[in-house]
Amino acid sequence: MIVITPNKCDFCGACVAVCPVDCIDLKEADISIRHDVCIDCDLCANICPIEVLEPIYDEK
Amino acid sequence: MMKSSYDVVVVGGGPSGSMSAKLAAEGGVSVCLLEKDRDIGYPVRCGEAIGDSGLRKFVEPKESWFAAHLNSFSMTAPNGTSITADFTSDKGYILNRRVFDYDLARLASEKGAEIFTRAYVYGLIIEDGFVRGVKLEYLGEKKEIRAKIVIGADGVESRVGRWAGIRTQLKMKDMESGFQYTLANVNIPQNRMDFFVGKTYAPGGYVWIFPKGDGIANVGIGVSGTYSKEKSPRKLLDKFVKEKFPEASLLTTVCGGIPCDKPLKKPVKSGLILVGDAGHQVNPVTGGGISSGMTGGWIAGQVSADLIRKNKLDEKSLTVYTEWIHKEFGKNYSRVYNIKNAISQFTDEDLNNIADKVKKLPREKRTLTRIFSTALIKKPLLVIDVIKVFAGI
Ligand SMILES: Cc1cc2nc3c(=O)[nH]c(=O)nc-3n(C[C@H](O)[C@H](O)[C@H](O)COP(=O)(O)OP(=O)(O)OC[C@H]3O[C@@H](n4cnc5c(N)ncnc54)[C@H](O)[C@@H]3O)c2cc1C
Ligand code: SF4
Ligand code: SF4
Repeated sequence: MIVITPNKCDFCGACVAVCPVDCIDLKEADISIRHDVCIDCDLCANICPIEVLEPIYDEK
Repeated sequence: MMKSSYDVVVVGGGPSGSMSAKLAAEGGVSVCLLEKDRDIGYPVRCGEAIGDSGLRKFVEPKESWFAAHLNSFSMTAPNGTSITADFTSDKGYILNRRVFDYDLARLASEKGAEIFTRAYVYGLIIEDGFVRGVKLEYLGEKKEIRAKIVIGADGVESRVGRWAGIRTQLKMKDMESGFQYTLANVNIPQNRMDFFVGKTYAPGGYVWIFPKGDGIANVGIGVSGTYSKEKSPRKLLDKFVKEKFPEASLLTTVCGGIPCDKPLKKPVKSGLILVGDAGHQVNPVTGGGISSGMTGGWIAGQVSADLIRKNKLDEKSLTVYTEWIHKEFGKNYSRVYNIKNAISQFTDEDLNNIADKVKKLPREKRTLTRIFSTALIKKPLLVIDVIKVFAGI
């Protein structure tokens, strides 16, 4: 799952541009991920210039 | 007051949106522009460089837009060799986009466009395969506005196209992860733009220093999405700034994504046009998208007004826009895109060699033809292309 680090995002939209399933909602100062749609590809985390998004997966 | 229908609804208040709104309004149709943020032109996610010809084509430049006037540029290779060259056929500026974007929106409103900020578009009204308007949240209230044509000028984070079924997702290799500081207390020449290239500075991108007057400069970095996971743009820029400007203070910190793709092949659907970053209308080597976005808006506004008058809103009729874009810059940018792919093969060693060769030419002879004739260089044609692209000529 992608975890959004609180109070770190700059709302630039780079992550939105690369998300293959369009599941990131970005407003003026609000970002959220629809986890039911997200496919855990991590592209958003990889493009973010300041490491706001952190992929965290349980090793099961 | 916001009405429930307009001929044209523009989503996004950047340069491409304001130009679209201005030209459509000039064409005599009713126009509304919706911007999600509270302010037009802010925050500024941009290095703010633009060439004179790319600007003058659309608007009479105003001195208040400019933070600096440029007449030369330098490029520094990984080994520290710097090549400086003068602009020969054009001059350039560093804008104050806060002022500039505002003024473009004002020009649109003078022509009759109605502008609303804090208007977040979250969906489209689609009927019978035609885009017929937008769904938005305006000051916390849900609304719908109907339109004959919607123009998606919603920037790199564009979703308007996706909602209508246009694939606008950017591939990692065609996306630059950007980060920029505006620094105070830096002592640099005020009429030169500086670029630093190579993997050590910025893998698959470059670092820029653009002067803004009074000891202020935009110092930023773009790193290709291919590398941005391993090579954090922020960390690379911090290292650069610490080395080059240890005395500087940080006045602004911004992130940003830069689409470095070919312009979209089909930026239209029935009732919808995409412009600017939303249509991937950015120079894929330099990442410059202000003037091409304005070009996109300039064309989209005119086409919209014309087709609304003729009541021809289907996808096929809108291909006039696609063809005009292709002629205006699309064809050239597709060529530049191939150059980008070739540059991405360069090693730091290649870049050092090229810089060393060009450096041996006296500055006044560092004209394109001269560089061209120094066939000593490893990949001469490519170097010319690169320099042409950077110098905007
Ligand atoms: C770090 C960086 C440096 C750059 N440096 C340069 C440079 O030096 N020179 C240059 O020419 N270009 C540069 N660029 C590129 C340039 O900034 C863009 O190409 C240009 O701003 C594109 O204009 P636009 O109008 O298409 O989009 P934008 O200027 O991004 O405007 C889009 C607008 O749409 C709004 N919006 C988005 N979604 C919605 C929604 N759902 N509802 C309502 N509104 C919405 C946004 O808030 C935004 O205001 C740089 C980019 C970055 C990130
Ligand atoms: S890329 Fe990073 S900083 Fe930009 S909007 Fe996404 S999470 Fe926020
Ligand atoms: S992990 Fe992939 S699918 Fe999920 S939000 Fe990020 S980019 Fe989108």
